[in-house]
Amino acid sequence: MFDWIRDWVLLNPPMLAFVKVITVVGVLMTSVAVTTWVERRLSAIIQFRLGPNRVGPAGLLQPLADGIKFLMKEDIIPDAAHRPIFILAPALAMITSICAFGVVPFGPTVEILGVTVHLVILDLDGGILFALAATSLGVYGIVCAGWASRNKYSLLGGLRSSAQMVSYELALALSLIGVLLVSGTLRPTEIVEQQAGWFWNWNVFGGWQFVGFLIFLIAAYAETNRLPFDLPEAESELVAGYHTEYSAMKFSMFFMAEYIAMITASSLAVTLFLGGYQLGIPLAIEGPLLWIIQVGAFVAKVGFFMFLFVWVRWTLPRFRYDQLMDIGWKRLFPLALANLAATAVLVAMDVIRR
Amino acid sequence: MNLIGFILLTLLSVGSAVMVIQRRNPVESALALAVNLISIAGFYLLLNAQFIALLQVIVYAGAIMVLVLFVIMLLNLPEDPRESRSGFFQLWLAVGFTATFAVILRNAIRGQLADATFAAPTAGFGTVSVLGHELFSRFFYPFEVISLLLVVAMVGSVLLAKRRL
Amino acid sequence: MTANPGWVLLVSAALFALGVIGVLLRRSAIIMLMSVEIMLNAANLAFITFSRMQGTAEGQIYVFFIMTLAAAEAAVGLAIIIALFRLRQTTDVDQVNLMKW
Repeated sequence: MFDWIRDWVLLNPPMLAFVKVITVVGVLMTSVAVTTWVERRLSAIIQFRLGPNRVGPAGLLQPLADGIKFLMKEDIIPDAAHRPIFILAPALAMITSICAFGVVPFGPTVEILGVTVHLVILDLDGGILFALAATSLGVYGIVCAGWASRNKYSLLGGLRSSAQMVSYELALALSLIGVLLVSGTLRPTEIVEQQAGWFWNWNVFGGWQFVGFLIFLIAAYAETNRLPFDLPEAESELVAGYHTEYSAMKFSMFFMAEYIAMITASSLAVTLFLGGYQLGIPLAIEGPLLWIIQVGAFVAKVGFFMFLFVWVRWTLPRFRYDQLMDIGWKRLFPLALANLAATAVLVAMDVIRR
Repeated sequence: MNLIGFILLTLLSVGSAVMVIQRRNPVESALALAVNLISIAGFYLLLNAQFIALLQVIVYAGAIMVLVLFVIMLLNLPEDPRESRSGFFQLWLAVGFTATFAVILRNAIRGQLADATFAAPTAGFGTVSVLGHELFSRFFYPFEVISLLLVVAMVGSVLLAKRRL
Repeated sequence: MTANPGWVLLVSAALFALGVIGVLLRRSAIIMLMSVEIMLNAANLAFITFSRMQGTAEGQIYVFFIMTLAAAEAAVGLAIIIALFRLRQTTDVDQVNLMKW
């Protein structure tokens, strides 16, 4: 049987990619469910109340109950809505969110049954650019949803949200260029390999990318429409923004797309700035045990950033829209440019050695 | 190059281009154009030009088309009414152009490119490092000039769209 | 089986022709702008095909510059359309005949 697996799956690139995609999508969906539970319980702790604790032990089956509820709700499409684009928009949001995860290396190069397998779906030469491209395309889902609802509030929410996303993409891209200067490559697997060893070798410490890391994080909060940048979908402002007219499964697709975008942004931050799957402490062990530990280290780091997302959401107040655009264009963008210039000088002076 | 991928991408790009020029709702045209741009990026990937393919998605489909969609939605442009037909002259000009173009193209392709095939790609073709090297050595001067052009375009578009100067 | 360069150039030519037809037959300024974008992309596709045939990176650099130019042109063109729409409340290019009395 192992021979069959080796010949038909591991040595067959399309089939191997297919298996990797299935695995990653499955893990992402499960992570979304876990994240909803974490968000509700953590927000409850922060707000000094109890979260969901009825459904299953400590409320652990709450995401399952939510999923069943969403599946069984009535799916209402407004009469005046533009049907093809109305139905297409949540799918667009989901597709682009999941696609961006394709270049993230979630584990080292392992050997399964004698075949070398890279634990990354797409080992592209311009991997970071692919993640940026998928994020750029994420604007379409929101813009289409806002327009196709034929609703003033939805349109305004959609336009505001997409303007915000486009503005913060600039600062995001510039912080990524800082990483490119330090690493000399756009391939995420090589960037992670360069951060091996002790944890002060990570790009955020030894690569002098601390400012770049902060810029990336703030821009990631704005890209995923999370607080403190979530005016376009805040409840008291624009009803529910671009997903006002959506019900049941389509709304839950937007919901899932937002959480998957959070996971993707956290994974990119971990890969580029915090050493990816590298443990940060050089261990003397080799082989499968080390690989499992490294994948676990990746999951732990991404989990920490998800915790940070939820923590910041329930702690900080949200920005007003003009304050939001002000920060994006007049403060974050010049800061990112300054970071780029400083990194270039440091690399030229050979202070950062890779 | 993968033939099936080529056929699919041809159908997608030509189909979406027809949708761009045929739909009356400008938002549908803009979304069809976004699909067209992404299919062209697919063509670039088939031709091993990876960096340009990703740039096409980021710049064209991710930025320019979003800008066009913004303008259409903010101006609340209506659907084109059915009575708006272009004149007799334009119609026959379009037909004549297409016919002439087809004849010229057929001759050109029959002549020189009939038996040409793609050779294997040279090492590092289409990668970021090769392009970056070319851009900063041979094409350095155009690179600087085009950044100046972008500044001019930025200033120009802001000024043109202002309500009061 | 692989595709020949001639076929890719045929696709590029077809897209170019569709762009020209769009410019000639549509009267909304934004659709005309989008048809011009289709034409530019067709030219880009031809450039990349020739670059691949020759094996050099020159064609891709030209595409890089054409893309930048197209972005700048789209921005300025849309600004003009906005200004025009504010003045005439229409994007129909047949209605923009201020100098003809």
